[in-house]
Amino acid sequence: MATYIAKRLIQGLVVLLGVSMICFIIFRYMGDPVLTMAGKYATFQEREEVRRALGLDKPTYVQYARFIWNAAHGNFGKSYISRVPALGLILERFPATFELATTATLLAFLMGVGLGVLVALKPRAWQNRLIMAGSLGGISMPTFLIGILLIMIFAVYAGVLPPFGRGQTVTIGFWRTGLLTVDGWKHLIMPAVTLATFQLAVLLRLTRAGMREVLTEDYIKTAWAKGLPPLKVIFKHALRNVLIPVVTVAGLQFGEVIAYSIVTETIFQWPGMGNLILTSIFESDQPVVVTYIMLAAFMIISINTIVDILYAILNPKIRYA
Amino acid sequence: MSHSSHLLDVQQLKTYFYLFDGVARAVDDVSFYLDRGEVLGVVGESGCGKSVTAQSIMRLIPDPPGRILSGRITFDGLDLVQLSMEQMRGIRGKRIAMIFQEPMTSLNPVFTVGDQVAEMFRLHEHCSRHESLERAVEMLARVQVPAPEKRVHEYPHQLSGGMRQRVMIAMALACQPQILIADEPTTALDVTVQAQILDLMTRLKHEIDTAIMMITHDLGVIAEMARRVVVMYAGKVVEEADTASIFNHPRHPYTRGLLKSMPRIGDRAEKKRRRLSEIQGMVPGLLALPEGCRFHPRCPDAMAVCRRQLPALELLEPHHKVRCWLYLSA
Repeated sequence: MATYIAKRLIQGLVVLLGVSMICFIIFRYMGDPVLTMAGKYATFQEREEVRRALGLDKPTYVQYARFIWNAAHGNFGKSYISRVPALGLILERFPATFELATTATLLAFLMGVGLGVLVALKPRAWQNRLIMAGSLGGISMPTFLIGILLIMIFAVYAGVLPPFGRGQTVTIGFWRTGLLTVDGWKHLIMPAVTLATFQLAVLLRLTRAGMREVLTEDYIKTAWAKGLPPLKVIFKHALRNVLIPVVTVAGLQFGEVIAYSIVTETIFQWPGMGNLILTSIFESDQPVVVTYIMLAAFMIISINTIVDILYAILNPKIRYA
Repeated sequence: MSHSSHLLDVQQLKTYFYLFDGVARAVDDVSFYLDRGEVLGVVGESGCGKSVTAQSIMRLIPDPPGRILSGRITFDGLDLVQLSMEQMRGIRGKRIAMIFQEPMTSLNPVFTVGDQVAEMFRLHEHCSRHESLERAVEMLARVQVPAPEKRVHEYPHQLSGGMRQRVMIAMALACQPQILIADEPTTALDVTVQAQILDLMTRLKHEIDTAIMMITHDLGVIAEMARRVVVMYAGKVVEEADTASIFNHPRHPYTRGLLKSMPRIGDRAEKKRRRLSEIQGMVPGLLALPEGCRFHPRCPDAMAVCRRQLPALELLEPHHKVRCWLYLSA
């Protein structure tokens, strides 16, 4: 088990190094930072001075080493626009995105697995056919359309849910949370549902397919032959086997949801990282973009590693491999 | 024949499968019985309805597409066909247990074998977690799994096929059932392991006084274990007799064919070289059963009447029933 975890960690580091290289290239070669920093009307000497100050006169590998060194210390430079450290700017927005993503993933996982099991047990019932058709809709409908439809129905026509923002928040230490107020929850519902819809549909279909397959396995026949009640057979003997691939996908999705909740955050004006990154791209704010990419990569890799470990716990065959 | 005298009495059982292409008459009017403590062999090629019969007794037929259409399965005064699923759960595992052909896939890969054996005690005897695990260790020791206190914590994939089948037997016999249905328990195992498993089953049968319904296509297993034999072909019982009669005076052409296709050690040395004979053709698909006697297309002794009319299962001599026109006057 220890070697298994060590292997996963090393793999993660290698991927992170790869991402850092891409980030470095973006940083260094996409647009001239000297031009951005010194301004359009600077003289040649002024530009050279800025170049030296930024260390851009050094050979590429030295620059890269320095980039890595700084990145490892959490220093990704300052935002060109707001002139504050890029990392701080992003971390400030992190709680909003994290809360949204976690709620959405939990919602998608619980409903997806629950409905998936239900549908697998009675595939011919009309309610279940309806659920399957709905899931196809969930997969094929674009996120922005779902968001806009929700706003139209619940905010504009019914007027029961607020259409944008995070609502009332409470600050605990550095963490600003919206989960402790009723208003915060009201604001969270629609974005979370929007973000969860696609994931829910995927998990539902995956669970259903897995369940249908596992229920025909010999060991399920054994479980019935033991005289176990249906709940035990389905939720103990079958579901644990079904969950192995489902947890993997759910974990991957969680990383994606955190990193790429851009569309949803934009529709609901959610003050999270996705919203920030979009603005930064428009304003060519390279340090923020690069920091964001590195951070996203770091999070996705961490989550993947956790999922791999979870996977090993669920699937004993992996543990001894 | 009074019903109550037998431990298990299957009468005119019909289990059909309603498939997309038609109705598969997997078990068609099958009757047989099983007495307390005896070993009954059920023989036939693959697809003859042996497993479906066993699963019908356990009420494990997936519905849809399968259904027990009619018939009675009397066990200890109860008609199993009429029981609710909840009543049936009190019988499955506790009073009638079953082991399957594939030990490799019959154990749940994500739980330890100890867990899976202990589950029987927790379920049927309401033991505590700790006590049931202890009893699981005892049970593994009884089926001669070496180092059982260590093995209980292992997962199925860490065990060999033979060991897994021992675990399956431990699980099946945990609650000392009155009947053990063994569906081809040795087919997937090595020959030497087969012998060990059969020995083990014979020994445990005496220890806990269980009747065994041994389903197999291996006549060697039957000769080794069974006292009585039921021969099935295409969903019908074609012959039923005690083991000695089946081997010494097989009546039905199908039974004779099966016996002839069995290799005998020493045959080639003693007599002159003789090719193993085979039964021509294949078991008919259950969706396209032939008219008349279901065996007639493959039967070396087929007569005109065989093509037209299904013979009845008739008592030929005491304890020997045959379904064949050769022994009936049409």
